[in-house]
Formats: sequence, structure tokens, C-alpha cells
Amino acid sequence: MNSYIVSPSPHIRSGRTTRRIMLDVIIALCPALIASIVIFGWRALLVAAVCVGSCILIEYLCRLVMKKEQTIGDLSAVVTGLLLAMNLPASVPLWVAMIGCFFAIAVVKQLFGGIGQNFANPAIAARVLLLMSFSGYMTNFSTPQSYLGVDTVASATPLVQLANGGDVPTLLQMFLGVKASCAVGEVSAAALLLGGIYLVIRRVIKPITPLVFIATVFLLSGALGMDPVKQILSGGLMLGAIFMATDYTTSPSTNWGKVVFALGCGLITVLIRKYGSYPEGVSYAILLMNILTPQLDKLFVHKPLGGKKVEKHA
Amino acid sequence: MLKLNGLKLLHFKNSQDAQTVDIPLPKTVKIPMQQHMGAPCTPTVKVGDQVRVGQLIGDSDQPFSVPVHCSVSGTVTALEDYVTSGGLPAKRVVVETDGLQTPVECSPHTVTNQAELVEAARNAGLAGLGGAGFPTHIKLGYKDVDRLDTLVINAAECEPYITSDYREMMEYPDDIIEGIQAVMKCLNIGRAYIGIEDNKPAAIALLNQKAAGTSIRVEALRSIYPQGAEKVIIYNTTGRIVEEGELPADKGVVVMNVTTVANLSRYLRTGMPLTHKRVTVDGNFVEKPMNVRVPIGTSVEDLLNFAGIDRERVKKALMGGPMMGLAMENLDTPIIKNNNAIVLFDEAEAEAPHTTACIRCGRCIDVCPMNLMPANLEKAFDAGDKEELERLKVGLCINCGSCTYVCPAKRNLAQKHQLAKAMLRRKK
Repeated sequence: MNSYIVSPSPHIRSGRTTRRIMLDVIIALCPALIASIVIFGWRALLVAAVCVGSCILIEYLCRLVMKKEQTIGDLSAVVTGLLLAMNLPASVPLWVAMIGCFFAIAVVKQLFGGIGQNFANPAIAARVLLLMSFSGYMTNFSTPQSYLGVDTVASATPLVQLANGGDVPTLLQMFLGVKASCAVGEVSAAALLLGGIYLVIRRVIKPITPLVFIATVFLLSGALGMDPVKQILSGGLMLGAIFMATDYTTSPSTNWGKVVFALGCGLITVLIRKYGSYPEGVSYAILLMNILTPQLDKLFVHKPLGGKKVEKHA
Repeated sequence: MLKLNGLKLLHFKNSQDAQTVDIPLPKTVKIPMQQHMGAPCTPTVKVGDQVRVGQLIGDSDQPFSVPVHCSVSGTVTALEDYVTSGGLPAKRVVVETDGLQTPVECSPHTVTNQAELVEAARNAGLAGLGGAGFPTHIKLGYKDVDRLDTLVINAAECEPYITSDYREMMEYPDDIIEGIQAVMKCLNIGRAYIGIEDNKPAAIALLNQKAAGTSIRVEALRSIYPQGAEKVIIYNTTGRIVEEGELPADKGVVVMNVTTVANLSRYLRTGMPLTHKRVTVDGNFVEKPMNVRVPIGTSVEDLLNFAGIDRERVKKALMGGPMMGLAMENLDTPIIKNNNAIVLFDEAEAEAPHTTACIRCGRCIDVCPMNLMPANLEKAFDAGDKEELERLKVGLCINCGSCTYVCPAKRNLAQKHQLAKAMLRRKK
């Protein structure tokens, strides 16, 4: 007698897979990557290629050594590599970038169990590590080569200039990214927003996290007497709010949890920018809130429909 | 009003315009003694007995059970042991048909109060025909009858592919209205809603027309799965939330499937109990989707032969819809009362996908109609944490499968919840 496949219901599944989600993030990062190549030249692409390649290789080797199922096919290592590249200056020595990749993939991601298990966003953690270990390389923003025939500035990030009261690019320039010195992926707010809109339309991320994060920075910096528009357009805020604070694994899973998470990110960012000794605080803010995520998840649980309170066990 | 979470599914209602056709009488039928939630019946016939259509062939002295009637006329050739699709051991009565379909003598019933209605529902052999198979007479026999004020007719039919309730509405709208009126009269219920998903505009229009001038309201519900889940349809028609451990009746609501209520009115009109069932036959490769009326106990094999299904292509055969249906191991399985579809998949849909690690995306949490947190439940189950499972209310899971459906890592979340419930039951 013919025998048929038996499996538990449901017997149909949505077409969305982890791989497709990661692919969407990669697509969403493309405008920012293209913008950075236009501004910084092929060196930006080289950094990105080295980071992506290193992350894939390191993940492959980690899984091989640990005798675990191979996971490079889910493209999450590509996303981590791209995000890390976005967080590095175009002039970064490639070996520094590779150390970052190793830390992100081997230490932060694989040692904690691989995709879905990491306590912090691997790219953020790697950026913070590199910032502390190689602060010279990490803050040496090379002169962007002008491919558009426009003057470019050769100095630290607009945030540093803001802090020093120096000459800063105009708002439009900051938005479009024609003239800026910063990490590869932070160059164009417009390109990052474009990617963010794509992710929202594809329902990969919920707009709530970036909106609350950016709004908090806007309002709080305004209240503290800073220029709120410049604050949201400069530094790693757009990149962090759209691509890093929305990381599934390291942010709360409920909507209210996400709101508090994003509020915290915004608050810490502004406090570091205003009072801290570093000009930029986005990475630290996200990293700190990553660490608080399990607590936020415990705090914001759903109330089941018609569920009654369970009596506390002594 | 709070909007419950749910899923937008592709509907695949390919069989919606397929008029119900009768299957030629099969040579034998195997009628299970367990076609309902509750105690199985004991056969009341012996091998060699001559039986008629509508004759009682199985009954139980347990109140929580539903009698079984013969769907054909012929000779009892065996009383077999078998295991139900739900895994319970029971008997089944094998009848060789004589081709005459001689009915038992029966006469119309008039019901005027709850006791008469309950007796009629039991004698009609009715169990919830939407799929759960809850004994109808138990539902209608709710002790505190004064509390009941609303009847909800579940005609959502939210599962993809299935159109058997839709065909009931299109072909027997008067039976539905009369059945509703009988229940309302006997239980002294003032108001009734027929909840239909808005992907069935023809049924909504037809029933609206039939219900004109009555206190029956047709509610067009959003086509969001699982609209037809009992607690969901109660909330979306009446705004009432059935709480943990409560029956719908505790909130004043009686819920009946639309085909059940139509069969009730047919019983009252003719005295003939439930013997046949309409079953949708469809699937991802089925060229000619059908709605077939079959004698209960007809094997799936006979049904597929009649429907002209290319057996070689079938890789998975479901009793019910793709979201909550049961995968059958073989086609010898008989059709029972609460079957409403046989859905067939070829290799394009049959294989369960490869499971990968949870990425904590939260889609399962966003989609759960009961507002549970499936990802957290899965973790608690894997850790064997019974206290956490209770705190997160795994018992409220209705196994609608929405969480598993949306999971990008293709994790079997709904299955884990059922295993978790079993684990909690073992503790007690």
C-alpha cells in the first residue's frame, strides 16, 4: 500500500526564510554602499569586500571546528560583514577590519551559539572593540576623494567638528552625503533612509524602533540646546537606528519592548554626545541596550487573550 | 475594539463553484464508533445484521458521546478494531451495501424547549461538523439556559481550499435559517449572528436576503486566519472574550457550525439523522476540485477514485485543511462526520521544510490570535520549564498553526505547544 508523508500541521508555510530576510537587509544596504563608493572611492568597496569575505570564511571555519551544521547559507555572516564595513572608516587597514570580523563572528556570534543566540549585535560589538583598541585607525577619516567634482573636507567627523565648533557641512550636504568624513556607511542619510524604507515595505523591520530612536535623539538634543537636525543627520545614528537597533536577536521581541529599547538607545546616544568624552555614542548606546534586552523581554510579555493571572508559587 | 492578530493566507477556494455531487454508492463502508469528542460508542449491531440508512448502529451510555447511525443499507460483515486518526482505539462497523439505500422509518420532530432540542440533537447524531466534533447536544444542553442570549453560527471557513460550508450556504440557505430559528426558540435566545469571511460575498448576500425580517444578522468578517476559531469568532461577532477555563456558554454564547445547524433542521423536518457528509476534494495539483456528498464511512480511497485523482502524484493527503488538517498515512481511512475536506499535495508542497535556528524575529508573537508568545513557549518547552509554560499560558494555544506558518526558520512551534500541553497533563 502507498504510504504518504506524515507531519504535524500546518502543512503550508510562508515563503519567508531567514535567508530571504538577510538578503533583504543586504539589498537595503546597497544604496548606502554605493553612496560610500561614490564619496570614498573603491577603497570603501574593498573594505566591504574584505569584511564580507572574512566573515563568511570565519563563520565557515567556526562551524567546521565546532562540528555544527553549516550556516553560511543563511547570509547572516554577509550582513554582519557589510554592517561592520559600514562602521569602519574607508582608510582602515585591512588587517584591523579582519580582526573586527573575527571578533564579531567567532567571539560574539559563534561562541554564544551562532545565529539567534548572540547577546550583542556582532557588528556593533566589533566596532566598539576596534574603537577601543585601534582608536587611531578608527578615527582617521581619510580625505574623501572627489568623484563628483565637489570640494570635500579633510578632517574628523561632522560630530567632532560640531563639538569643536568648527566648519561643518550644510544640512543638505549632510543629508545627501556629498561632503562628509565618517565611517563608510554613515556617509549618506538619504541612502540609509532609502534602505530603511525598503525594509519596512518588505516587512523585515518595524518602523517603530528607528522612529523612536531618532525622535528621542531629535527631541532630547534639542532640549539640551544642541542642533537637533544636525544631530540626527550626523554620525552613525541613521545607520544604527535603521540597521543595528532593529537586529532581531539583540532587541526585544514585543512592540512595547522595542519602544523602551529605542528610547534607551536615543537617551544614551545624546548623553554620550553631550556629556561624554567621545563625540559619538550610537554604538555604545545600542550595545548597552543589547545587554538589557533579556530584561526588557521579561518585562514586556503579552497578556494572552482571556488568560487569568497565575498565582505566584512561593 | 481590540483587533485580534491573524494571518493573511492565500485562499485557494478553487472548489467554491463546484456544486455538490453524490458519490456512487461504495461497495462497503466502515463506520467508526468514534467520530466525535468524547467516549466512543459500542456497536449495537452484530455481524450478519441487516441494516438500513439512518439506523442506530452505535451508542454509548456516557453522556459525553454521540450516537452513530448507518449511512447505507446492507449487511454488517465485520466489527473491526482500528485506531482513529486522533490515535484512539475504537471499533468500526463494516457494512456491505445492498444498493437499495432503504431508509429506516422516520418522521418529523417538533421541538419547543431545551430538553426536546437536546434530545433531537443527540438522536440526529450531531457533533460539531466544523472539525472539532464537540457533541452538539452537550453544547445545547448548557444547564444555565437563562444565561444564553446569543447564537453564533460559525461560517467563517477560514482554512484554505475548503468550501464545504460555503456550498451548504449556497445550496441549503433555508435549512440554515430554520435550524437557527429552532435553536433560538428552544433556548430562548434573542439574537443570532452568522459569521462569514468576506471572501464569500455570494453567501453573505444570499443569507442576508434569507435572514431579512428575522433577528438573525449576517456578519461579514475580515478574511484573517483563524477567523473561524471559536474564541476568535465569538470575539469578532459579539465582542466577548471567553476566558481561560470557560465555555462559550459561560459568556452567554452558543456557537454552532453552519453545516451542523443545517443538519439539525433537516433532522427536525425529516427525522433522518446525519448519515452523509459533504467533503471538498482539492489540493495544489488537483485539476478538477469537487464537493462530494459521501455516506459516512466511505473510504478516502473510494472518494479519490471518484474524484479522478492521479494517485501517483499524491505525496501528502490531509484530512481537513492545510493549516489544521491531519496528514493520513494511508487512504483506507473512512470519512467521518467532522471531515470537511480531503486536501492533497504533490511533492511541491508535501515535504516539511528544513528547520533552522530561531532568529528571534518575533513574527510568531505578532501573529498569534491568542496573543501568546510562541518563541518563548518553545524555549520553555525545550528547557522542560513547566512553571514558565503555565505562566505563558500554553494551555490557551488553539493549535491554529499561524506561528509555524510565519516562522522564517521553519520551526514547528505549534507542534511544540501541543507537546508542552501533554507534558503539563502528565505532571498532574
